[in-house]
Amino acid sequence: MTDREPAVQVLSESPGRIARETLAHDRRTWIASALLLFIVVLTLSAPLYATYISKTDPFVSSINGTTVIDGQEVSVLQQSTEGLRIGVNPIGPTWRIGSYALGADNQGRDVAARLLYGGTNTLLIGFTAGFLTITIGTLLGVIAGYSGKFVDSFISRILDVIWAFPVYLLSISLSVVLLTSGFIWGPISLEAGSLYLPIFIIGLVYVPYVARPIRGQVIALREREFVKAAIGSGAKNSQIIFREILPNVIPSVIVFIPMMVALAMLTESALSFLSIGVQPPDASWGTIIKDGLGLLYTRPLVALLPGLLIVITAVSLNLLGDAVRDALDPKARMRGAV
Amino acid sequence: MIAFIAKRFSAAIFVLTSISILVFLIFFATPGVDPAARIAGRNASQETLAQVRATFDLDKPLPERYLSMMDHLFIQRDLTSYVNRGEEVWPQLIQAVPATLSLVIGASIIWLLLGIGLGVTAAGMRKSWIDPAIGVVGIIGVSLPVYWLGEVVNLITQGRLHDTAFRWVPPLGYVPLTENPGQWFLSLLFPWLTLSLLYAGIYIRVIRGEIVGLMQEDFVKTERAKGASEKRILLKHSSRMSLITVVSLFGLDFGALVGGSALLTEVVFGIQGVGRLTFTALQNFDLPLIMATVMYAAFFIVIANAIVDVLYAWLDPRVRRG
Repeated sequence: MTDREPAVQVLSESPGRIARETLAHDRRTWIASALLLFIVVLTLSAPLYATYISKTDPFVSSINGTTVIDGQEVSVLQQSTEGLRIGVNPIGPTWRIGSYALGADNQGRDVAARLLYGGTNTLLIGFTAGFLTITIGTLLGVIAGYSGKFVDSFISRILDVIWAFPVYLLSISLSVVLLTSGFIWGPISLEAGSLYLPIFIIGLVYVPYVARPIRGQVIALREREFVKAAIGSGAKNSQIIFREILPNVIPSVIVFIPMMVALAMLTESALSFLSIGVQPPDASWGTIIKDGLGLLYTRPLVALLPGLLIVITAVSLNLLGDAVRDALDPKARMRGAV
Repeated sequence: MIAFIAKRFSAAIFVLTSISILVFLIFFATPGVDPAARIAGRNASQETLAQVRATFDLDKPLPERYLSMMDHLFIQRDLTSYVNRGEEVWPQLIQAVPATLSLVIGASIIWLLLGIGLGVTAAGMRKSWIDPAIGVVGIIGVSLPVYWLGEVVNLITQGRLHDTAFRWVPPLGYVPLTENPGQWFLSLLFPWLTLSLLYAGIYIRVIRGEIVGLMQEDFVKTERAKGASEKRILLKHSSRMSLITVVSLFGLDFGALVGGSALLTEVVFGIQGVGRLTFTALQNFDLPLIMATVMYAAFFIVIANAIVDVLYAWLDPRVRRG
């Protein structure tokens, strides 16, 4: 028994350290992070691609544009050669970097450049709306769960109402009303078609998904001895919330992040697909899918690629979410997704 | 128990009333939005706007208009559309219900079979490659944008292959069951598969997680100590316990879908159901129709929530006191 390890070393295995080590040894963490990093870097390079490689403006239609393939000048929109020979077909993928590598859309715009620009918006909305949901949801959940009584019933009733309002109907209603008129209320004014509108709408409709489970956790925590001891020793409410309650709900909050970002991104793309999300001339993967519908049977790549990128991003986020949940293992459960 | 049910259902009525007020306020009292201008269309003249305000009582106070709309919607049941003047909203809604019900019931059968089957298999085969393989199916299911999947399916079944391999697929749209059962089935087959893949993903993940969690519970250890085989524990005990979660989740999802959440699937496959009706109403700013469809959707969700809560309280007495 002489070479027994000292007990101190065992004590130093804090839950946070165990979680970090589990996460670092999980293959899913690395696959998902690498994919996400790749997609983020790719979309952020959109201005570089448009300026130096494709040399086109992806927001201006170029119906009479031309491009050079194998030394020959080819127009971007060509007369249809199928069926009744009516209408024009945009140029298909040339697989040549710099000259419409992935083809053009029905307005002669470079699909590759639009995909990159659209990705910036989709990811921006997904991340900001996801974090907005997490922040508001955690705040409301902690306040409701900790205060109890009147404050709790008031917040819970509001959450119940939003919860029972079908997410898609609520977000579509808000988008239909706000997108064409904008939002003007006292000092806050958002112009019609602004990117902030979908961010706020998506950020708000999912708040109960986070606030309800967090509230439940906080109510359970309030009954625990260490919190009662803090209350008994005369600690201020703010001290109890920041020192005792918050550190214990943070793991659940972290688990929610990748899932909420994925959900927000999927919702944005669905709203944009219904033309009530991101407004032209801005693009997102959802609006590109919508634009590609008219070309679905002739140039399917225009609608297929953005969807594929959405799937890859959402799979990475969910994979990362699974790895984080297994590492932290709080009983985080979510109601069905979209 | 009766007190609990009464309490739960009065809460449901409260939520429904709040939702109706919320919808009304979103459309009539959002700062910066003029409903008259939206109904009259872009660049309408001042006279037209005044006329619109007079016809739709937009100059009367909000509470009065709200009460009058609720009265026409629920008591007299003769509320008429703003867009197609004189057309009552209830018949439009009732007409759309069979298509949505056909879509949702068929899809839910497929996703329940897939979700339970694959979820239980994954939980039972945790040491082989089958579990991660099913995990991949589940994660792809929850990450797919349903409208995009629908377009991919359309591209395959309605595109070039439509003349050869998929000749038997009818054109997009819904064929009523009473009109032609065979065509009804064929026209809904791909919408069913599309919608169910998404939900199968969710259910596979939930059921597997639930069973894996239950396998560490004391009652499973007792069974093991008594000498029960792993297969028996999985199929007889854990799976059965996990069904409680499945039933409550299913109640909520089914309620939401029947209420119109299948809107994207309906739009992509051209099915004239409740979701599509709601979407058209929203685009046209047809508030009476929006009010009817949203109340109908909220009704299903709130009732499903209440039934699930009562079932839970019946199964677990601890909930009743809480």
